Amino acid sequence: MQNEYFAFISAAYGVSALSLLGLALWLFLDARGRQRELKALEARGIRRRSDASARGTAA
Amino acid sequence: MRHDLPLSENSSSVRRMSNVATSPSRFAALANPTRFLQLSGAIQPWLYGLALVVLAAGLFLALTAPDDYQQGSTVRIMFIHVPFAWIAMMTWTVMSVSALGTLVWRHPLADVSVKAAAPIGAVFTFLSLVTGSIWGRPMWGTWWVWDARLTSVFILFLMYLGLIALTRALEDPGRSARAAAVLVLVGFVNIPIIKFSVDWWNTLHQPASVMRVDGPAMPAAFLVPLLVCAAGFTLLFFAMHLTAMRTEVLRRRVMALSRLAARASGA
Repeated sequence: MQNEYFAFISAAYGVSALSLLGLALWLFLDARGRQRELKALEARGIRRRSDASARGTAA
Repeated sequence: MRHDLPLSENSSSVRRMSNVATSPSRFAALANPTRFLQLSGAIQPWLYGLALVVLAAGLFLALTAPDDYQQGSTVRIMFIHVPFAWIAMMTWTVMSVSALGTLVWRHPLADVSVKAAAPIGAVFTFLSLVTGSIWGRPMWGTWWVWDARLTSVFILFLMYLGLIALTRALEDPGRSARAAAVLVLVGFVNIPIIKFSVDWWNTLHQPASVMRVDGPAMPAAFLVPLLVCAAGFTLLFFAMHLTAMRTEVLRRRVMALSRLAARASGA
């Protein structure tokens, strides 16, 4: 690898890795946050009608 | 001359017909968000795993590829820049198909797909611009020129940002869905402009060297790492899109349940 271009190549790969890792982290945190919110609501006994009827049918 | 088929052939043709007849119900079953969550939950880990394996192989090939006689070692930037640009355009195409799903078929997951894909497409477009700029400085002697290819990709990036703003401006996703779908379909005009800009205008950006009528104008030593990297990033895009769609379905459930809770506490 020619050393004169090392800075450009590492900058391109570095920005790409950071951006994609940042995107993956945001997707993961967003998913975890929504799952927690949903669980909290369900723990309060708030369920969708379809879930409630499904449970009623099962019971 | 007998016109009736033997029983076995008759029954197989009936089966074929019944397969055709049941395909809309299978399509409808996939439209069910609960069914989608089950199916995507099973597929998602495999998709991420496959993406990481292919990406690791692609990056290994990219970093061990020989230097190009003109570009030198900066050819390594091409192995990520070109896939980013392809995915930037592919994402808008995926969103356009989803937008048709919203406007024509009223598929319940179509709007979810558009909203989920936009930030991922924006990141890939941003990366295609940045890595292209970093490559351009040593090769062209400039970070940026307002030529047709670079400008049309920059417009694509701005369209992604506009779409993200639009899909998040209204609290009720159903109200922004139609407007977002129209914006996506109108914006699709930019995709062939990006693709053919290097043929239609004089640009500093070089013409296509892979997707050409007469085949790729690139030796295997560069083509293989490029295609493996492209496959890896494409798999990564679809894995991330699936995650974002699942989250969006959950977000809408949370909103619906929160409204139910508010109504129950108000009653």
